[in-house]
Amino acid sequence: MDPIPSEPKPHNQDLNLKATELRLGLPGSESPERNINNNIGIKILVSGAKRGFSDTINNNNNISSGTWGFKNSSCVKDCEGSFGKNGGFLAESNNNNKNPCSAVKDSGVKASSPKHANNHPEVPAAASKAQVVGWPPIRSFRKNSMAAKNTKNEDDLNAETGSCVYVKVSMDGAPYLRKVDLKMYSSYLDLSSALEKMFSSFTLGQHGTHGSSESPLMDLLKGSEYVLTYEDKDGDLMLVGDVPWDMFTGSCKRMRIMKSSDAIGLAPRVMEKCKTRN
Amino acid sequence: MGYSFPEEVLEHVFSFISLHTDRNAVSLVCKSWYEIERWCRRRIFIGNCYAVSPGIVIRRFPEVRSVELKGKPHFADFNLVPDGWGGYFYPWICEMARAYPWLEEIRLKRMVITDESLELISKSFKNFKVLVLSSCEGFSIDGLAAIAANCRNLRELDLRESEVEDLSGHWLSHFPDSCTSLQSLNMSCLLSEVSFSALVRLIARSPNLKTLRLNRAVPLEKLSTLLHRAPQLVELGTGAYSAEIRQDLLSNLTEAFAKCKELEGLSGFWDVVPFYLPAFYSVCSRLTSLNLSYATIQSPDVTKIITQCPNLQRLSVLDYIEDTGLDALSLSCKELRELRVFPSDPFVADANVALTEQGLVSVSEGCSKLQSVLYFCRQMSNSALTTIAKNRPNLTCFRLCILEPRAPDYQTLEPLDHGFGAIVDHCKQLQRLSLSGLLTDRVFEYIGNRAKKLEMLSIAFAGDSDLGLHFVLSGCESLRKLEIRDCPFGDKALLANVSKLETMRSLWMSSCSVSLGACKWLSQKMPRLNVEVIDEQGDLDSRPDSCHVEKLYVYRTVAGPRLDMPSFVRTMNQNPAYRR
Repeated sequence: MDPIPSEPKPHNQDLNLKATELRLGLPGSESPERNINNNIGIKILVSGAKRGFSDTINNNNNISSGTWGFKNSSCVKDCEGSFGKNGGFLAESNNNNKNPCSAVKDSGVKASSPKHANNHPEVPAAASKAQVVGWPPIRSFRKNSMAAKNTKNEDDLNAETGSCVYVKVSMDGAPYLRKVDLKMYSSYLDLSSALEKMFSSFTLGQHGTHGSSESPLMDLLKGSEYVLTYEDKDGDLMLVGDVPWDMFTGSCKRMRIMKSSDAIGLAPRVMEKCKTRN
Repeated sequence: MGYSFPEEVLEHVFSFISLHTDRNAVSLVCKSWYEIERWCRRRIFIGNCYAVSPGIVIRRFPEVRSVELKGKPHFADFNLVPDGWGGYFYPWICEMARAYPWLEEIRLKRMVITDESLELISKSFKNFKVLVLSSCEGFSIDGLAAIAANCRNLRELDLRESEVEDLSGHWLSHFPDSCTSLQSLNMSCLLSEVSFSALVRLIARSPNLKTLRLNRAVPLEKLSTLLHRAPQLVELGTGAYSAEIRQDLLSNLTEAFAKCKELEGLSGFWDVVPFYLPAFYSVCSRLTSLNLSYATIQSPDVTKIITQCPNLQRLSVLDYIEDTGLDALSLSCKELRELRVFPSDPFVADANVALTEQGLVSVSEGCSKLQSVLYFCRQMSNSALTTIAKNRPNLTCFRLCILEPRAPDYQTLEPLDHGFGAIVDHCKQLQRLSLSGLLTDRVFEYIGNRAKKLEMLSIAFAGDSDLGLHFVLSGCESLRKLEIRDCPFGDKALLANVSKLETMRSLWMSSCSVSLGACKWLSQKMPRLNVEVIDEQGDLDSRPDSCHVEKLYVYRTVAGPRLDMPSFVRTMNQNPAYRR
């Protein structure tokens, strides 16, 4: 394999390149020990793929808010993870993040002490700014325009804009698209569970309830009938999970859950991407 | 009982009455006026496409030439309404294609319209002239190509802020060479390139073109070519306003702008390179409308522009304008009616620009005609709000968004109840209000007592209890649309004001404390409301009545429960035997 260029680079760029190296072992084998009860189900068996989405989830360091409650924000108690805790799809997550409700994510953008006396119990006294769905009330067109502007800076690929980016997710056979804000998720784990919720109603209809009925979408993907792909900034079709999470959120333009039969030949083109970027 | 005027005379009189509200009033006078009016109504406005069915509309108004429909609730703009919720245009076009062969205008807002529907439009109406798709989605360039190709007399094609599938963008060339009727083209929302040569040819053969809004992909180098072909333009939206620094390019552009003697409105301005700003200075003195809300230029550049625009009536900017720029605005633009200030970096906790409440106070002092405000900022105080209210009692629309939810008065750390109270107290004509910051039930008491002309109210992260909602529902006589998110409002206020809901167009409540049981009860009590529960967790049937619903959308309707809902939307008490 081609060596990584050895000129000094900022810290996080180093990690990126390392993570995208093709290696014999499973990626992230330096990461903390995996949870034994891991039941990650998405095995995407596409010819040519060295890694699947599921492996990335297994080994991703960012196992953060697996709990993603869409409950109302006035409930101060922890939101229950709405996903099956046992035999389900997700690994047990450490609840190291506060779990405010109403789909709040700790984006970790900039650390700042809150300006105002925030003694209202429902607002987390977050060190960094938490993002709330639909707040502030700015239309997607404007948000995407701002985001597009930010990524035009060539020397700024890893810039944390803190903005949000809506991408469309389509599923072959589903009657309508969904839109997700990639900045709301911190890992492939997060994203996949959200997608599961969104698309399970489609797959239920088609496949009844064989396998674990809690996650019909995952059953589908387990059976390798579908793969999760995305179109990146250059217009290339890629497998979700091939690149590090941050690179993915910066370059993903839209996602598509497509039938495996259509995805033959999609090999990770990761090293190419890294070369052209640098 | 006879009347002195023959029908034809009444019809002629009615033809001068254009406001929908007036038309509705006319139709209520007596049965014969109802009959005459319905036969001669040419324009129909339906604020909620599910409030009525196409069949009912067509039966009552057989000679319509212009239809305006709105679909999704307003909060869909901020992604609070999941995809697939509804708002489909297809059922409407199917029936209208058959019933209104002479239809000329279709205006849609927040609806889902497919290529199929666009094609049907293009082929069904011989005299079709105006298509406005505002914040719509579901269609692609192919649908636009059908419109271009088949609508021989197309006058206006406006896609403002719609989401278009840009597959391969060559639709402009589908306008036939014989098409010379275009007066307005807004394609600013398109993401991919259009064929420039097709665009130039189209513009060159459209002598009546008054409005042209380009998309970002049209490069600045090509703008002067277009302007030379259309010096009669009244409104222009540029594409990306950037190019490498070239003196000749600047001269060309300046010359092109100078030739546009009718230009009154400018927009676009993505990716601005300040070097090219002087190119349009020659039109500034005539400008009534300026949208710089995508222009990431700093305060000095913004100020330089607006101080040359004494006739400016509508301004949209980013908060880069800062307080100093707003001071300049208040001194230079005495004709200002509408101001919108958007945040440049809304997701960052600390202020990145020197824009505070003071900027808005200045404008309220200097611009005596100011009626409409949309202002994003990071701090506010009761005293500033009170000052603004006293300065501008003529405000009709006041939308304030303090970026941090529940932010108190930054000086006193108190809630902003008194400040907003002053707004509704002084601004007696206020029709639209959006609240933010730390607010208790008290502000709703003020609103309920004082805001008698208020038609639309948006509330987020505010209030203490059901009392807040009760004040609003029981007090605001003119209320038509109420949208609420993340407030501790529950069942009591809702159930105490059920009949109010039938006097309103719609009520939206998300992330509040309304129980499933209350929704069921409400829908049983009020058969002419659709009580829709939106809940994406998927197990609504097995939930106890005490659990809180994620999102609630209640609207009055004569069409009964709708049949096109996705699985995560339920109409409570759905009775399929309802009349249609």
